[in-house]
Amino acid sequence: MIPDGIRDGITVFLILLAALMCAAAGVGLFRFPDVLSRLHAATKPQILGLMAICLDIALNSISVGSFALITAIIIFQSLTAPISAHMVGRAAYRSDHVRRELLVRDELAESIDRAEQDASSRRAAAGRSSSLAEESSAAPAED
Amino acid sequence: MQIALILAGVLFSIGGVSALYRIIRGPSLLDRVIATDVFIVTIMCVLGTEMALNHHTDSLPVMLVLAAFGFVGSVSFARFMAQQDEA
Repeated sequence: MIPDGIRDGITVFLILLAALMCAAAGVGLFRFPDVLSRLHAATKPQILGLMAICLDIALNSISVGSFALITAIIIFQSLTAPISAHMVGRAAYRSDHVRRELLVRDELAESIDRAEQDASSRRAAAGRSSSLAEESSAAPAED
Repeated sequence: MQIALILAGVLFSIGGVSALYRIIRGPSLLDRVIATDVFIVTIMCVLGTEMALNHHTDSLPVMLVLAAFGFVGSVSFARFMAQQDEA
């Protein structure tokens, strides 16, 4: 269907692309200073490199079964890689593995501050109303 | 063709070896989780390269299972870290 020379050329190009992605992720892991930037480097081969390799397999053995499995692999990986990266980044932020002096802008800290202020003012209002209720009905307050 | 494949092998080795270095030396647990993800993806890419070069599809289920293991592993590590942090 496809001439052998052209197919070999595309195969080698896609293999080199995936290998370059893997090497870039390795260099990024090796050189970058903190968890979030390493996470940024690490998610490159997970999608583009894997898609190149899967396209390569599909090109070299054309059948319905291999197409189905390859589609399943790509869809699964592109659904799960952002989830795991998001959860690792969230855990890194919460456990203070982020070097804040490297951040240009930290919008999450501003929203956390705002949320904490809202929560504390609401707690103060609730405390006032519950103490009033306690005085009127003498019910024991839990906290 | 041969030179390009040797070059690809060298690049895959760079990725795998630096992921292993980060797994061993990584200052925090999350660095090790990320490096493990990269190592698993490198293994998947090498398996796929071998399949594409030899014109067979025998290891495709292995790739699917490796993808599932990488996802479950990193998500459970992140959850475990968060709970440990709250305690």
